[in-house]
Amino acid sequence: MQIFTCPFCGPRDETEFHFAAEAGKKRPMPAETATDDEWAEYLYMNSASRGKAQEVWLHVTCGEFFLMTRDTVTRDVTAVTPLPGRNA
Amino acid sequence: MKRYSALSLFTEGLRGHRGWTPAWRKATPQPGYDAVIVGGGGHGLATAYYLAKNHGVSRVAVLEKGWIGGGNTGRNTTAIRSNYFYPESVALYDLALRLYEGLSQALNYNIMLSQRGMLIAAHTPTQMEICARIANAMQLNGVDGELVGAEEALRRVPLLNRAADARYNCMGGVWQERAGIARHDAVAWGYARAASALGVDIIENCTVTDLLIESGKITGVETDKGSIRAGRVGLAAAGATPGLASMAGIRLPIHTYALQAFVSEPVKPMLDTVLLYLGTGTYVSQSDKGELVFGGGLDRVPTHGQRGNLPAQEAVVSGLLEMFPAFAQLKLLRQWAGVVDVTPDSSPVIGPAGPEGLFLNCGWGTGGFKAIPAGGWLLAHLLATGGHHEISRPFDLDRFARGRLIDEAAGSGIAH
Repeated sequence: MQIFTCPFCGPRDETEFHFAAEAGKKRPMPAETATDDEWAEYLYMNSASRGKAQEVWLHVTCGEFFLMTRDTVTRDVTAVTPLPGRNA
Repeated sequence: MKRYSALSLFTEGLRGHRGWTPAWRKATPQPGYDAVIVGGGGHGLATAYYLAKNHGVSRVAVLEKGWIGGGNTGRNTTAIRSNYFYPESVALYDLALRLYEGLSQALNYNIMLSQRGMLIAAHTPTQMEICARIANAMQLNGVDGELVGAEEALRRVPLLNRAADARYNCMGGVWQERAGIARHDAVAWGYARAASALGVDIIENCTVTDLLIESGKITGVETDKGSIRAGRVGLAAAGATPGLASMAGIRLPIHTYALQAFVSEPVKPMLDTVLLYLGTGTYVSQSDKGELVFGGGLDRVPTHGQRGNLPAQEAVVSGLLEMFPAFAQLKLLRQWAGVVDVTPDSSPVIGPAGPEGLFLNCGWGTGGFKAIPAGGWLLAHLLATGGHHEISRPFDLDRFARGRLIDEAAGSGIAH
C-alpha cells in the first residue's frame, strides 16, 4: 500500500485518491471559437510520460483536487500542493 | 525453415533432439529497410509476418528494446474472445478470432488455441439486461453469443459460489462458444519464426532513441545500435508508444496503467471455460498445466513501472474467492504486471499520425492479446499501402476530433 499525502488532510492510503488528469491543460476559451482539434487536444490528448510527471489528483474522502508531482516509473511522490489560488 | 510435424518430432526423438535449430534468426541491423516496426511483441511480429506474407514486403525490421514477447504479450491472461458491442469492434476482434482459429496451421507453430468458451456471469437483474443487450448485439453482428440462465451458467461452471448468503449469486450471463485461451509465448514465437523465414530481421535489445523526420516525412529511426533508414515506420509498443510518438511531436489519447495477472499453484482440472464475473471484475481460466490464471481491473495509478500495487491485488484475489470460496486453499505462485495503454473509449488507435509514413497500432489497453492477428494484419496493410483497411478506418486517431468514439467501456462493460 502506498501512502499519498493530501495537502489538506495529510498522509492517507492510496485507495482514498483518484487520478483526475495531467496538469497544465488549458481549456480553450471562448469555447464557441475552439476548433474540433483544439477540443480533442484539451479533452483527450496526454503526454503519458515516463519519469517525472505533474498531475491533478482528487482526495475522494475530502473532495479536494490538488497537484501531485511524482515519478511514473518509481512511483516516488516529490511534492503535493493545492491547486493555484487554493490554500491548504 | 525446418517444418514442424509429428514426423519431425518423432525422428528428432530418435536422434536425442540434437537436430533442432533456432526458431528465428538473430539479426543485426542493416542500414536501411522498406519498413521498420518498433515493438517486438505479438502485434509488431504479426505486422512483420503479414507484411511479408500478404504484401510481399520482406525488407522489414522489428526492433525490440528487450526480448520478443517480453512485454504485454507475455504478461496477459491469454483469453481470446470477440464479445464486443459496436459493429466496428466486432469486425475488428472477430477478424482476430478468425485468424487465431487458423493460426497454428498458418504459422506451422502450435499456439495451443483452446476454444473452451467464455462465460460473462451476471448477478443482478440489471446486469442480466446488459448481458441480453451484449448477446443481441453479438448475434446482430453475426458472431456467436447467447444469453444463458443460472442453471446453464452453473452447469458450465459448477464450482461457482451458490451459497444462499453469497454476495454475488449467479443469475446467468453471456456465453461465447468460440472464445478461449492460447499460449501467449507461442503466439509471439510462432509469428517471429514465420516472419524470420520470410526474410524479416528481428532485432532484440535495440532501443529506439529518436524518430528521423525530414521535410514532413519519416525517414527512419535512431537506435542504440545506430541509425536505421526506412520510409515507413510502424509503432506497436503498447505502453511505450506515447513516448515514441512524442519524438514526432504527437500526443496521444492514452493513459498508461499497470494491469496485474496472477497464477496459482497447479491443481487437477476443475474449470474448463474462461469466466468473467461482472460483480467482481475478476476473470479466471485454468491453464493446461493446471494453474489458475486470473486477473481483474487496472491499478488506478498511472505508471510506466511493470509491477502492480497491493490494493488491486487484494480486489482481484478477493473477487476470485467470492466466486470460488474453495480456491482459498490454493497458494499463489506468481504475480506480475504489464503497462497497458488505455484510451478514453477503450478502443485501439490504428492509423497514420504526424509525419508521412508513420503509423500507429496502440491503445489496446487491457485487450491487446486477443487482437494480435488483427492488429498485425491491419498495421501491415497500412505500412504496405499507406492507406486504411476498411476494418481499421473507424479506429483512426482522427475519431477523437470528429467525435466518432467507439465507446466499448460503455458498450460492452469493460471495467476501465
